[in-house]
Amino acid sequence: MTNDRRHIVSMKDFTRDEIDFILERAVTLETLARSGRSDILTGKILALLFYEPSTRTRMSFETAMLRLGGSVLNLGSKEASSIVKGETLADTIRVISTYSDAIVLRHPSEGSARMAAEFASVPIINGGDGAGHHPTQTLLDLYTIKKESHLDNLDIAIVGDLKYGRTVHSLAYALSLYGANITFVSPHQLKMPEQIKGDLKAMGARVSETENLDEVLDSVDVLYITRIQKERFPDPTEYNKVVGAYKITGEHFDSVREDMIIMHPLPRVYEIDSSVDNSPHARYFEQSFYGVPIRMALLTIVLGVDV
Amino acid sequence: MIPGKELRVHPIRDGTVIDHINAGQAMNVLKILGITGSSSAVISVAMNVSSQDIKYKDIVKIEDRELEDKEVDKISLISPNATINIIRDFGVADKHRVELPEMVESMVKCSNPNCISNTNEPVTSKFEVKKDPIRLRCIYCEHVIEENIAEHLI
Repeated sequence: MTNDRRHIVSMKDFTRDEIDFILERAVTLETLARSGRSDILTGKILALLFYEPSTRTRMSFETAMLRLGGSVLNLGSKEASSIVKGETLADTIRVISTYSDAIVLRHPSEGSARMAAEFASVPIINGGDGAGHHPTQTLLDLYTIKKESHLDNLDIAIVGDLKYGRTVHSLAYALSLYGANITFVSPHQLKMPEQIKGDLKAMGARVSETENLDEVLDSVDVLYITRIQKERFPDPTEYNKVVGAYKITGEHFDSVREDMIIMHPLPRVYEIDSSVDNSPHARYFEQSFYGVPIRMALLTIVLGVDV
Repeated sequence: MIPGKELRVHPIRDGTVIDHINAGQAMNVLKILGITGSSSAVISVAMNVSSQDIKYKDIVKIEDRELEDKEVDKISLISPNATINIIRDFGVADKHRVELPEMVESMVKCSNPNCISNTNEPVTSKFEVKKDPIRLRCIYCEHVIEENIAEHLI
């Protein structure tokens, strides 16, 4: 991959070589991501167009741009913008394109980033489109695995809501490019869709699934936990039962691999007990930080700046 | 008359014969062509006719009308083996099999209610078409339609 990628919309647009290029760029920028400021993107303006709440994605993009010496333009509240007057996203994108050098978009409709890329005259970075894609989350997940474990010959268990979770579909897709051995762990109501499993196998992933978390704990390099949303369960009793069965506590670590790591895209609710936070296996806060070097790497790439 | 070769419907002077339609899809073909009970066009429909190639097939004959490219593309989505015979003065002036396009635009409504193509944004639906079996992937939300495609035609 070179510096000519314009938009970051879906992980399906990327080859393994392109992903490796981004991860390597993030390695180069990681020291700067931790502290300091450079002039790599001085004079460049990044517009943050968030139609939905966000803490980590919005603030890490902001941090990334500031560390690179650029400036940030925020939409502010929807109520104070023309969105409440009924302006289309297409028009908003055309206008914001003239104010900025790149746009990060989070929008509740699936496919909004792809559409925005059609109307924008500057690069669009998808910061999450409804239940669709969140490619910068996937890239920071891959970066975490690369830094804290290993991407080659990886054994990973992905746990939680695998039916609706937007991040896990993209992550599983990207891991299949690395030939990972993936075990999906979920209650039967939230299983990974058959069609996606078929696609993953066709791409080279080794895929298996179970409802029992204990079956996989001692054999994986990475335990990737996701949130199970209450609204997916019509019956609250059923929800409580499922959440209890997939909750990670210190008791789970007796037989795990010494270098096994636990990841979570955050925010967590009940999935990981706070007693796990100080365990040598916990990596979810470091994972959150890795969003900064990854987003710095992406900003330099879409803006065509060599590092 | 040779046994087994009796004509189910009469030949037409000018118009189109759509042959090798997947059995059961004739009514959807009429829908694609905008033919309703109130239209004045002369139409013949044969359903579940024995066929050497696909066991059973449907046939639609329309008098005094030749199809538009977009109509043919839509038929290909629900019946990829259909053949289009253009009839002029009782003769076959042109005969060709429908061809599945690689991309269809403004023909199919995305079945994902939360897709950006189902909002008031100034975009039309676009789908990539995959063959064997036919799968339509929305280029916006990547939702896949592979069953009951006729129900999603615009």
